[in-house]
Amino acid sequence: MRLLASLIAFCLLALPLQAEELVLGLSQEEVRITTRFDGSDILIYGAIKRDLSAVDPEEEPLHVIITVAGPSGPTTVWRKERVAGIWMNTDSVEIDRAPSFYAVATTGPLPDILSETEDLRHKISIPRAIRSVGAPQGIEDAGSFTDALIRIRERNGSYLINENSAELRESTLFDTRITLPANLTEGEYTTRIFVTREGAVLTHEEAPILVRKVGLERWLFTLSRQQPLLYGLLSLALAVAAGWGASTFFQLIRR
Amino acid sequence: MQIYLPIAEVSVNAFLLLGLGGIVGLLSGMFGVGGGFLITPLLFFIGVPPAVAVATGANQIVASSFSALMAHLKRKTVDFKMGLVLMAGGLVGSALGVYVFTLLKQLGQVDLLVNLFYVVFLGIVGGLMMIESLNALRKSKRQGPTKSKKRGRGIAQTLPLKMRFRASGLYISAIPPFLVGLSVGILSAIMGVGGGFIMVPAMIYILGMPTKVVIGTSLFQIIFVTAFTTLLHATTNYTVDIVLALLLLVGGVIGAQFGTQIGAKLKAEQLRIALAALVLLVCGKLGLDLLLTPSDLYSIGTS
Repeated sequence: MRLLASLIAFCLLALPLQAEELVLGLSQEEVRITTRFDGSDILIYGAIKRDLSAVDPEEEPLHVIITVAGPSGPTTVWRKERVAGIWMNTDSVEIDRAPSFYAVATTGPLPDILSETEDLRHKISIPRAIRSVGAPQGIEDAGSFTDALIRIRERNGSYLINENSAELRESTLFDTRITLPANLTEGEYTTRIFVTREGAVLTHEEAPILVRKVGLERWLFTLSRQQPLLYGLLSLALAVAAGWGASTFFQLIRR
Repeated sequence: MQIYLPIAEVSVNAFLLLGLGGIVGLLSGMFGVGGGFLITPLLFFIGVPPAVAVATGANQIVASSFSALMAHLKRKTVDFKMGLVLMAGGLVGSALGVYVFTLLKQLGQVDLLVNLFYVVFLGIVGGLMMIESLNALRKSKRQGPTKSKKRGRGIAQTLPLKMRFRASGLYISAIPPFLVGLSVGILSAIMGVGGGFIMVPAMIYILGMPTKVVIGTSLFQIIFVTAFTTLLHATTNYTVDIVLALLLLVGGVIGAQFGTQIGAKLKAEQLRIALAALVLLVCGKLGLDLLLTPSDLYSIGTS
């Protein structure tokens, strides 16, 4: 940590002076999904560069909000209803954009350190990060579908809100740790850092994290999409070989 | 030991999958069924997406059926001609089934359809098997083992397109076996099962085939139909997970070999009652899920 701090301090010296400037670092810029992948911790750290002579000692303290978002895409949420005694999916709402993963870490309670208008502009809190434009005809409570999406994804660890989990030291150095779950999907993830005071965003910065399958995982996945027939035949060959191998092997043992 | 499945995109415990495959293999060795009706719901339960579970289940059945067919080939208890007719129907049915599956996936009704199929078919088959084997057990207690052979007379004899099936000793129309194959093909695509648990009773009671060639012939046709289903799922839905399949079938083929040994030590009636109880248990569990109020009315669409 100390090495890190001095490294950051060094970087800061090289930067031109402004009111508030952000430097951001990640413990890893690429998450590799291998066969043994079981989730991953990412350390996000950085520093706020400030012109100390301009700091008013009476001012409100700074706060930091860090978000990590997975690739976004349209998502369908279904609602079950009892039809002839059986529960089946009846109504659905297509949510235009919902990240596959979304984590928020803050240095304080989110409503206290971020105003509604700023949240709306930067789409920071979980409900704001999801975009649902209009409900289809015949569904009046589209909001409950969005709530359900958040609830389900929070339950399986895809959406996280960790208030007070980030630390800001001396209004300069900050760091937090975000746990990426084991059921991660591939794509480009975006880390965003916001520095706020009295609910207003002073400055923000973002950095990408590339999450991708590597090695065997990559090879199999690519094969299954680009050469599906070959992949299917490979699966079958494996099945036949295993079936044949086992019966031959056990016959040898019994003899 | 956690393993990340490349297609299912979830991380699961490798030993859990090996064990799962092993237990299902054990049962399939004991009862002579593919075990697909058990493995697919169990995969749902551990969090594998339904579409992947169905497609990979089909691949796993190819392995266990192939292992069992080897034994039947040696005993010459396979009616190839009947198998080919069943297979022709099966391939058509399988293509139809995968088409329906893709369509329903878009409509968001896959889970319901798969569950309904399971409840209905497991219920019918489990119920019939239970009644039949309880009767047989009662009879055998009273008068010792009886050998009564009933040959199906009627529809199979009166329809056109008659063919001679030498290994089964039958001279019947090719239409009923084609239709039996067709319906099993549809089931195999939608449920991710081989359909042995439907095929075997259908061959005995509808087609009137002698019991000794039924299992071998059904295995012969199941291999081709499930292999075809696997290929169709792999090329249209991209849902076959080869890593998942590998873990399941390593456990499965080993379990199957032990299962065959246990099965040989038990009485046929006892085996059938145990299998019927198992089928009804799975059916009951799935049925309750459809009837009871779910803990969350909302779900995220599988796409």
